[in-house]
Amino acid sequence: MSESKNTTAMPKDFGFGEGEELLRDMARKLLRDEIPIERLRQLVAPDPDKTYTRGERPDWDEALWKQCIELGWTGLAVPEELGGVGLSLVGIAGLVEEVGRAAFPSPLLSTLAASFVLTEAGTPEANTLLERIAAGASVSLAITDETGSWEAATCEVEHSASTEGGSTLSGRAYYVQDAFKADAFLVLSKGSDGHRLSIVESGQAGLEIAQDHIHDLTRDQATLSFGEVVVEASAEVSLNAAAVVSRAWSAILVIVSADLVGTSEWQLQTTTEYARTRKQFDRPIGFFQAVKHPLSNGMVKVDRARSLVYHAACCVDHGSVDACEAARMAKSAASDAGRFLSDRSVQLHGGIGFTWECDVHIYFKRSMHNQSLYGDGFYQRSKLAERMIGPIGV
Amino acid sequence: MADLTPEQREFQEYARRWLEENKPGPPPERLPITAIEVMTVGQRDYLQAWQKKVYEAGFIGCDYPKAYGGGGHEGFQRIANQELSRAGVPFMLNVIGLNMAAPTILVHGTEEQKQRFIPGCLSAEEIWCQGFSEPGAGSDMANQQTMAVRDGDDWIVNGHKVWTSLGHFAQWMILITRTSRDHKYDGLTYFLAPVDNEPGVTIRPLVKLTGESGFNEVLFENARLSDAYRLDDIGKGWTVAMTTLTYERGAAEGAGGGGSGEGSKSKGGQDTSAIGKLIDLSRNSFRDGKPLSDDPVTRDAIVEQAIIRAGLKQNARRAAVGPLTDHPMRLPLQQKVVSTEFAQDTARLGVDIAGAKSTLYKLDEAAPDEGHWPLAYMNSYGHTIAAGASEIQRNILGERVLGLPKSK
Ligand SMILES: Cc1cc2nc3c(=O)[nH]c(=O)nc-3n(C[C@H](O)[C@H](O)[C@H](O)COP(=O)(O)OP(=O)(O)OC[C@H]3O[C@@H](n4cnc5c(N)ncnc54)[C@H](O)[C@@H]3O)c2cc1C
Repeated sequence: MSESKNTTAMPKDFGFGEGEELLRDMARKLLRDEIPIERLRQLVAPDPDKTYTRGERPDWDEALWKQCIELGWTGLAVPEELGGVGLSLVGIAGLVEEVGRAAFPSPLLSTLAASFVLTEAGTPEANTLLERIAAGASVSLAITDETGSWEAATCEVEHSASTEGGSTLSGRAYYVQDAFKADAFLVLSKGSDGHRLSIVESGQAGLEIAQDHIHDLTRDQATLSFGEVVVEASAEVSLNAAAVVSRAWSAILVIVSADLVGTSEWQLQTTTEYARTRKQFDRPIGFFQAVKHPLSNGMVKVDRARSLVYHAACCVDHGSVDACEAARMAKSAASDAGRFLSDRSVQLHGGIGFTWECDVHIYFKRSMHNQSLYGDGFYQRSKLAERMIGPIGV
Repeated sequence: MADLTPEQREFQEYARRWLEENKPGPPPERLPITAIEVMTVGQRDYLQAWQKKVYEAGFIGCDYPKAYGGGGHEGFQRIANQELSRAGVPFMLNVIGLNMAAPTILVHGTEEQKQRFIPGCLSAEEIWCQGFSEPGAGSDMANQQTMAVRDGDDWIVNGHKVWTSLGHFAQWMILITRTSRDHKYDGLTYFLAPVDNEPGVTIRPLVKLTGESGFNEVLFENARLSDAYRLDDIGKGWTVAMTTLTYERGAAEGAGGGGSGEGSKSKGGQDTSAIGKLIDLSRNSFRDGKPLSDDPVTRDAIVEQAIIRAGLKQNARRAAVGPLTDHPMRLPLQQKVVSTEFAQDTARLGVDIAGAKSTLYKLDEAAPDEGHWPLAYMNSYGHTIAAGASEIQRNILGERVLGLPKSK
């Protein structure tokens, strides 16, 4: 359980110091100024037919993303010696919370996730890609099978090793996040020699990127087909991929959870504001306890998730043996907070909340996507139960 | 803990050592879940002696001025509370004295009152009770009907207080009275009232849902009360009561301390090992021949509680980190409702897991954990009702933190 020895050695303030605060506040201001809700709405939800009938991908603000790159966002998780910021995960969580709060469409989360995996790989090939990321490249993980499993064992991309140390990839990777914003992919494959992680460029011959038609308007997703894609030795990142990915898993769960905390807080504040101003029966609806109490409950849920996110991030930063458990707790709490606040944000807005006009739908969908991404609350708790109670049937 | 001063670190080591060497022997009879359920003289004597010992060792009132019987330190109480909780020693008996009377007197008392009353709160030499609630004044606490009428240097008190925890052992009561009918809030006055064998004061036990006693009703019939026992000004009772409530509900630092109760009398008897106990129970509870520790629904429910518990702990940690809290009262004001409902939900889950065996109560030798689960579950309502019921807590969160319009 969560009270092992090394937790006491961790900083009481989670390691969230002035530097982390400054960066978080800068991100908050940048996103508030550059992509306020009116702008986001124009960008991603001009009309429903564009995405849901004609199947086009929602727009995103590439110019703003360029600005973020200049501010070093792609390199946040890249070690300093490789040209990155080398920020603590606690600091990254702070910034990602703001990204969630703004529902900012960008390849930030996918690139952070790839950076965690590459850092764990630690090979010269991984470091070369980390340097590219620090310089502005976006990379996404292609590691998921058709059922949505991230276990290496069931991966549906196969490699055959070449004599020069490279390989040829064939098969498919599913649910690849922000694939159309990525410059390259980090692909998990299996072969007779075990699991590999390889770099495949987005324009590389033999790679086909097929858009998934998702409901979330603030990101894109795709299925990648590998038809004899040739990987040079210099693009082979790891021959020990299953272990590498699993070591990065806690950090990946933390950032998705942080994004969920941000969207949930937006939902809480926006719905609260509506409850303060919308009048029925001659009173603001927030007077009624059937409206007030769920908002109080929502606050409790977001705060639980937020505290657990920083705790988990702090555990990862300090190499605590509790990191995995803490990260799963954070994801469970964040998914549940997101689910609850999404539900109440629509319901408590009444009829208008059920329309395309009302911005809550944008957050509702981003949150719903995040809730299931890398496992919802039920999934995390079943994994936690294996640790805390033991496997079933032994 | 990285940020302790050398003195604090030394104190922490001393506390650990002392607690290891001075762990009390087993109680003469089973102890209740929290101090407000203490029923028998045997329990009282045992707990009173323990509190006195802990006080004399310097782990209570650590941060109170020496002049009032305190240790005169800074930042020691938190450490002492942590160590007391960690050591798993019995809780403090005089919770109302420690966590309500002492901090309120420290803020509102005269020099004389502080010197007279605070030491006894800390040492448990004088047991305190709280006379706020009345039959018609519960959540709406300002609706006080107990009248205090001036008579020379005294006041004559008439009225009816209810749900008075520890009243049967108390020498003193923090008492709210009405001294004017003209104003609901500004007509209240706060007293420190002697209640032990006082003429005109009758204390009668009330029996709880669990079958246990522990709280009382207190009748004042022309009871005479010296004006020297008035706390703060006439008509300022509401303000003083608010000071008491911030400590009672655990939203403020500065209570007398004492560990396991961690500052509030109503933390719901939060049992730090509740999750471990639930897991053990699930291993030993069977349905159709299979242990519930193998049942996915039960596993999910246990882990869900573990997450809530971890969240409480991390909330307490985050509350002290300025840049990670948006509103200073947002986390402190959640503590009471979340921890008491956590205690209730874990106890209920224990009942569910125990299944047929959950029907067995305290006296039955076959009852799992000596009947703890049904008792803890039934008892948990005391804590979700007392000290600001959960519904009131949710009002407070919505109104004070989120700025929603007031319900009343
Ligand atoms: C175990 C225990 C120990 C106690 N110890 C003491 C003590 O030592 N000293 C003391 O003075 N008091 C004590 N109390 C009393 C306690 O403070 C009151 O019971 C509590 O404030 C609720 O008041 P009430 O019982 O009159 O219920 P009511 O106020 O009548 O409430 C009944 C129900 O209505 C709800 N309700 C009331 N108003 C609202 C509202 N505005 N919005 C929504 N819901 C509302 C309540 O939440 C509750 O569910 C104790 C109570 C218990 C259970």
